[in-house]
Amino acid sequence: MTYIQLSYGDLILPALLVVMNGALSVALHLRLEWHLAIAAVRMLVQLVLVGYVLTFLFATVSPFWTALAAVAMVLFASREVVARQKRQLRGWWSYGLGASCTLLAAGTVTVFALLTQLRPEPWYHPRYALPILGMILGNTMTGISLGLDVLTNGLVRERASVEASLALGANRYAALLPVMRDALRSGFMPTINAMAAIGLVSLPGMMTGQILSGVEPVDAVKYQLLIMFLIAGGTGLGTLAAVVGAAYLLTDSRHRLRLDRVSSERP
Amino acid sequence: MLSVQSLSRLHICASFELHRGECIALQGPSGVGKTVLLRAIADLDPNTGIVKLDGVLRESMPAPAWRRQVTYLAAEPGWWADTVQDHFKAWADAVPLVEKLGLAGSCGTWSVRRLSTGEKQRLGLVRALMLNSRVLLLDEPTSSLDAESTRVVETMIADRVSAGTSVIWITHDDAQARRVASRQLMMNGGGQLEEQSP
Repeated sequence: MTYIQLSYGDLILPALLVVMNGALSVALHLRLEWHLAIAAVRMLVQLVLVGYVLTFLFATVSPFWTALAAVAMVLFASREVVARQKRQLRGWWSYGLGASCTLLAAGTVTVFALLTQLRPEPWYHPRYALPILGMILGNTMTGISLGLDVLTNGLVRERASVEASLALGANRYAALLPVMRDALRSGFMPTINAMAAIGLVSLPGMMTGQILSGVEPVDAVKYQLLIMFLIAGGTGLGTLAAVVGAAYLLTDSRHRLRLDRVSSERP
Repeated sequence: MLSVQSLSRLHICASFELHRGECIALQGPSGVGKTVLLRAIADLDPNTGIVKLDGVLRESMPAPAWRRQVTYLAAEPGWWADTVQDHFKAWADAVPLVEKLGLAGSCGTWSVRRLSTGEKQRLGLVRALMLNSRVLLLDEPTSSLDAESTRVVETMIADRVSAGTSVIWITHDDAQARRVASRQLMMNGGGQLEEQSP
């Protein structure tokens, strides 16, 4: 396998495209130039840092450092899950639910892939474990945040119908089921749409990366299929756990709807 | 039958007894806490105090079982499915009550979205009555109804009371309170209950 290596100097010309966007923003009074500049600098710093961190991790192949990197990724993902909610669970559970569900789903699916299909030596080899975890986390995070957002907003909007069902003797899960179904559908849809459009509308980033680095397209496709199956499984598991967990937290043992445990809508 | 002792939720604190086959009218200015009290009895909101049905403590049974015996009906009942009949376990059994309330027996297939406020209120009442609860907690059950429908609802509830069902009925209408209830409780601004003399 051979690939065309890039130097940092090779990136100057493409970076001018971002500068061009900034110039457009100034010219058209979009007021996006600062956002654009900050986002571009963040991207640059984050990716360069990640490059060095991964180089260190690949060189050491330590279970401790690999696990630490994985935990850091999960914590960033759970922070992102919370940040995307219009209404958040109050207190520690706001982060706890997002972190535990992303960890459960992405962790389980990643370990499953490492132990059964990829079987690197050692099984936790960061060259395989971390990129796969990262791809699954990104998608699981989207599913969980969408599911939680639809659930909390749906419960606030449909409070009268949920409480009517409870007042007639339904248990908490039966009463919340219509809203939970909507939440699960919303969480699953991005993955379903991505699977339906992949290859036709877009070539996925990982597959493109492999092809650019010299992997045969058919082999790259196999990897991409594996990743998509893992993403589908991780998203399904994570969204289900998050929606059921949030439904549990937003009710109590006396089968009451507890919207006092949700913060008010953020502007 | 229903015993409420020092039931406390937000600013309200209430104690009273409701006997078998008795209807109490609960009155008081808007916002004073009448709905809060009924919801607390049904255990729909966190509350403290002792509530018993025939001497059996509310907390000794699962909340869904309690609510099937002590059923709260909101002034604007909620709907969770698309059609009317989806909200009933046995729609065919509900049809006689539905027709008695002046609605078409075929309304089971109607979309909930096309129902008027009054139709929703009558169907919500039928839905609650189908449980054959021992205690009904009615929150202004005729607030959106015309005089004729109100009369039918009052007769229907009176029949249930005669058969042994106990009822707490929130109303702002003094005349209705006198018609339907044998006792009247007035809630004051402090959330306390006072017995009204007939």
